[in-house]
Order: sequence, then structure tokens, then C-alpha cells
Amino acid sequence: MKPLEGILVIEFSQFMAGPSAGLRLADLGARVIKIERPEVGEGTRQLAIKNLFIDDDSLLFHTINRNKESYTADLKNPEDLKRIKKLIISADIMTHNFRPGVMEKIGLDYETVRGINPKIVYGVVSGYGPLGPWAKKPGQDLLIQALSGLSYLSGSANDHPTPMGLAVCDILTGIHLAQGILAALIRRGKTQKGGLIEVSLLESTLDFQFEVLTTHFNDGGKHPKRAKQGNAHAYLSAPYGIYKTKDGYLSLAMTPITKLATLLQIDIPRAYKLEKNWFDKRNEIMDLLRSVFITKTTEQWLVLLEKENIWCSNVYSYKDLLEHEGYKALQMDQDIITSNGKNIRTTRCPIRIDEERYYNTKSGPKLGEDTERIIKEFSL
Amino acid sequence: MKPLEDILVIDLSQFLSGPSASLKLADLGARVIKIERPETGDICRKLYVSNVNVNGNSTVFHAINRNKESFTADLKSSTDLERLIKLIKRADVVIHNFRPGVIERLGLDYKTLTKINPEIVYGEISGYGKEGPWKAKPGQDLLLQSLSGLTWLSGNKSDGPVPMGLAIVDIISGAHLVQGILAALIRKGITGKGAKVEVSMLESVIDLQFETITTFYADGGQPVERTKSNNAHSYLGAPYGIYKTKDGYLALAMGKIPILGNLLKCEALTAYKTPSSLFDKREEIKYILSKHLMTGTTKQWLAILEPADIWCSEVMDWKTLMETEAYQSLQMEQMVEMGDGFKFKTTRCPIRIDGEILLSPKGTPNLGEHNKHIVSEFNL
Repeated sequence: MKPLEGILVIEFSQFMAGPSAGLRLADLGARVIKIERPEVGEGTRQLAIKNLFIDDDSLLFHTINRNKESYTADLKNPEDLKRIKKLIISADIMTHNFRPGVMEKIGLDYETVRGINPKIVYGVVSGYGPLGPWAKKPGQDLLIQALSGLSYLSGSANDHPTPMGLAVCDILTGIHLAQGILAALIRRGKTQKGGLIEVSLLESTLDFQFEVLTTHFNDGGKHPKRAKQGNAHAYLSAPYGIYKTKDGYLSLAMTPITKLATLLQIDIPRAYKLEKNWFDKRNEIMDLLRSVFITKTTEQWLVLLEKENIWCSNVYSYKDLLEHEGYKALQMDQDIITSNGKNIRTTRCPIRIDEERYYNTKSGPKLGEDTERIIKEFSL
Repeated sequence: MKPLEDILVIDLSQFLSGPSASLKLADLGARVIKIERPETGDICRKLYVSNVNVNGNSTVFHAINRNKESFTADLKSSTDLERLIKLIKRADVVIHNFRPGVIERLGLDYKTLTKINPEIVYGEISGYGKEGPWKAKPGQDLLLQSLSGLTWLSGNKSDGPVPMGLAIVDIISGAHLVQGILAALIRKGITGKGAKVEVSMLESVIDLQFETITTFYADGGQPVERTKSNNAHSYLGAPYGIYKTKDGYLALAMGKIPILGNLLKCEALTAYKTPSSLFDKREEIKYILSKHLMTGTTKQWLAILEPADIWCSEVMDWKTLMETEAYQSLQMEQMVEMGDGFKFKTTRCPIRIDGEILLSPKGTPNLGEHNKHIVSEFNL
């Protein structure tokens, strides 16, 4: 039995953050019904990356919304709204990411919904939290990366602010939403009462930086300083970073410089033997290491360093990774099948429970694919 | 009432991934007892970043281990082990991140523990899963970023691999562990049975890339291409990126190029009319935009773009962000106090429950601070 079997989720959320939480709940066994606008459906259906579509919907939509059902409703139509309210009576969870005020206008705000179903766990995703001067600004991943200080942590010293090249804020926010919802379900098991869970992209992105922010609060408010070249973490000492070799790259994590010098058979100035200078003189030390690593191939360095239990690694592309035995052994891929019989290869839920990997072949639903069936099933 | 009140977590893990999971459980209301080696404790205590030492511990350790208790036990001593097992009898959750094989040798593997406590939810984090050629490799954040293809997503085309400048793999795998543990606790509430929950850093960092890997499979495995300049997401079209202005930086997310051209009075942009040109011609568009945006200040551009509902933002460092009313209204900071009276500032849990922020005034435990208390409380 998957842990969330029997749990019903009504998902009004669109785009990435909310729906990625819905996907995780679905993969853990919940039944997730997406509520979508007639005709157009959720925004991601038409939001393609690299112009990739599978039938009428973007590949991205399938990636985030596989393993869900679709129910169309015009929330401004009283008939449709009545049916939704009836459906909510049977639900355990609902989520949305409308801007503040929208659900109040529709009449599906937490207070109203709680009146219909006191056991509901009601999840809300916003850009910047429920209050404050930014509450109504659009919450979008890159904008949050830009506002939150995050873009000053990646890249090297002379680079422009460097965003992380994935929707990390959306993803983390979705993870936090799922965590909050699950915790509220645990509480409900004891108290029989639901709850309101709110997360925002900005708060989740600040939480993402909790280690370095705590350092910033306690180091006199210094700005993060990225290393001159090959930076991998603004706050970590040499050799932490990526180095070019004769034929590729080598990444190197925390390693005492003295030990490294011995293994690489290089003489280092006395100053570099002091641990404190591994941070203060990080650029000079990394320069020296760069001049050494470029002289041999990645494989040669790995053979030398791994034997001594140095934390180091090759740097792989997707092709290198996905064809590697180390990847295949995970059995991380799964094929999902659309209602038109098309195959889409994607990845599975990363959590294993009781030694079991969870797979599911259900693709993203066609718009309104399940409306009729759901009306019957719940007598809406 | 915080949702996880009355839940007891025994955390045997070190570094970031496991302890960040138990921090989230603690902030959601659980009681977390950290089991540490006598004398040295969690290695993270001494993992100083930028040479900052706060009340005898690294700032990173403080950030990750506040709101917990510390109990020292030598797992090779039978007396200590016996005490620990007595403690686990009373626990709801156990977490560890030992390398494969170690936990079995200690006799604290899932099978053994279920005999002592059949309701236990047992969370395990590994680097690369338990099977395959990488299983014995050290699971360290930068190495996982390097192996998983992640370093080719950030930065610009001519940069080498660019890691994300935070321990993102640790953080994501810890967050997945929390999801799995909470889901298992919900099931336990229904069935009375515990569970084994496993995550690995590799599976978690693959899941983080579910969007781009699914695209990679669908586009025939084309190499990931970052743009020459202003890259923020290798798979997205123009204008997605951060641009230099006369006095700072501006982030621009999605937007129709001719509309941008008109708004910014940049005629060259009005030629890019077809939706597919956003991706296919992104290098040209970004080049034109980057030249043009240099002719005005960030404020000037925002004054034009924001009223037109273009998704854009100033790029801020922490100092600028923290001076905004919007940041202050989030109340994202909290002061915590250690047992010895030392106070420090850190961030709070990002999840709001029932309209309330969750604060936890308890600071970081000193090594073994709670031994006496725990021994007498649990009759160990």
C-alpha cells in the first residue's frame, strides 16, 4: 500500500510550484484531480520548452502533471461552482496559487471551504507571502532568484549575477508545500481538524539560503564573495571548485591543502599550510592547483586521488550520466503513455518506500478527460 | 499546536542532508535528539565557512542543528548502544546517512529495529543508492552536482561547468526525505505499521532536473546549450535572463519580443514576431537586448515594464533585499538562544500554518548537552 492511498487532492494550482507538489502526492499514492478552465486549461499546457508538444499539450505539462486527472469547471459559473463545492466535501486536500483576493471573490477561500469541509487541508502558494507591499507582484522563478540575493552565489567573481539554470525556487516551494500539507494531515489524524498551509517562493528561497544567511547574520553582514575562477560555493575554502584538466574537468570538494600538495607532489608556500589561509588565500591556491590539474587527464587525476579517498569527481553531461551503469542501476526512468498511445520517457518519484520504487504509466490528462466520470462518481 | 508535536525523532545523521531533514521536522513541532560521537560530535560542528566561528561551532552547524537536543553515544560501546536502542523503542522516526553496510554492522539497520519497534519510520539517505558501481562513493554535494549533469545548466555557453553555489543536492535530498517520512507517518496513523524510507542524493538531483531530463529524452538527446550571454535557463527562449543596465541589473522572464521592443523603444526587437523565434533566435535577441538595456538605469526600465505587466525585477543582493519593507514584513528572521545563554540570528521555517509563522526559539545544542536529562527522562 502506497502511503497516501485513499487521499483525494483537488488541485487548482497552475505552472510549476503547486502542481509539482500535486505530482509528489500523486506518486506517493494520492488521487489528484486538476480543476481547469474549460477550453484553455492550465497555463502550462501551452507553455513549451524547446517548442516540444505531445499532441495538444506541451511536454512540460506532461512532465509535471502525469499521474493526475482533469476536471473542467468555469469557476464564475454558479452551476460549475456548486459542483466543485460538492467535490470539495469529499476532498482531503486542495491547493491553489491564485493571487491574493481571487479565491475570496470566487468564494473558495479557506474560511468558506472550511465551512464546507472542516477536515480539509488547504494549501496556498504565493510569490511573496500573504502580506506586504509585494503581495500582488507576479511570483516567477527567475524574478525570485533575482530579488532574493541567490544570483550572487553562483558563477565566479567577475561574472554578472548568475541564476541557477533551473526553476529551483518553484521546485523548493512545491516541496515545502507538500511537507506542510503532509504535516497537517498527521495533525488531522489526531485532532480531526484540517488546516491552512501557506508557502511563498520568496520565503522558500530564503530558506534555501539558510546556511549562508545565518553566516551573513553572524559575520558582520559581509557580502558573499565568489572565488575568482571555478567557484562552487562563495563561503567554502580552497580547493572547493571545478578545475580544467588536459581533456575535461575535475571537481574537488573539501580537502586539506597540505594533503593535496603531497599527493600532487607540489611545493606550496608556507602560508598555504595554514588552514585559515585556505579561505583567505583561496584564489591564489586555486590558481596554483589550476596550473597543476591542466597537465594531466581527468582519469589520471581520478585514479590518483580516489585511491587516497579524496572527494573528487568527473564532470558529466546528461549523455555521460544517462548512459552510465551508475545511473542505470537506479532504474530512475519510466515511460508514461498518453491516451493516444504515445510514449514519453521521464523520471520517477525519487523516494523509495519499503524497498520499493514507485512507477506509474499515467501521462498528463487531456483537458477535461475525467469530467464526466467524476460527476457520476461523486454525484455532482 | 504545531502539527508534529509528540513526534520523537532520533537523528544519527551528519553533515547537511539528514540534519536538514530533522530540522524541518523539529520546526514543524517534532522533538529531535541528535546522536553524536563523544568528543568530536557531528563533523559539521567544525566545518567553518569563511573562517567564522560562532560560540565554538561553525555557522553552518548552527543553521542546521538549532532546535535539537544533543546526546552523545559511542556506537561501538555496548552500553551506549543499549541505551540508544532503549531510546529508539520510544521513538517515532530514526534518520541516518551512514554509508551502505555501516548501519548493519552497528546493528541499527531497519530489519533489526523493526523487531524492537515495529512502528518505527526509518529514514535513510545515501549518496548513490544501494546498488550499482557508485554505491561506495562519497556522497558529497559538489560531486553529485558534477556527476548529474547539473553543472551544464547554469552560466553562459563559453563558461566551463558552473555549479549551483549552494549545497542544493543535500538540501533537496533532505527535503525529499522529509516528504517520505511524513507520508509514512500518515500511513502509520492508519495502519499502525512503520516504514523504511530511502532517498539518495543522486535520485534527488535527477528529480530536481525532471523537467530538463524529460526534455533531453524527447529532443533526441541534444547537448544542453546555454546561451552565449545572459543565460538563466538553457531550455528557455529569449528574453529569459539577467541583463546589465547603466547602474545595476535587471531580470527579465517570459515576454513577447515585439511588445518588449515597443515598450523599450528598441526597434530591432520588433522584427521577432513568430513564437518560435523566441527560442530559435534567442542569441540575437539577447544580444540586442543586452546592448539596449545598458542605455538606461534599472529604475527607468522597471518604470516602463512593470506597469505593462512584463515579468521583470531588479536584481538585489542581500543588503538591498533586507532593507525593503517587503522583506521585513515576511519576518523571516528569528533569534534563537542556546542552553548556555548565547543568542544568534538565523532564518525561520518557511511554511506558515493556520495563518501563523512558525518560530522556534531553541538554539543549537552543545555536544552532549542533553545526555543527563535524556538518560533520566527515558530511564536509559
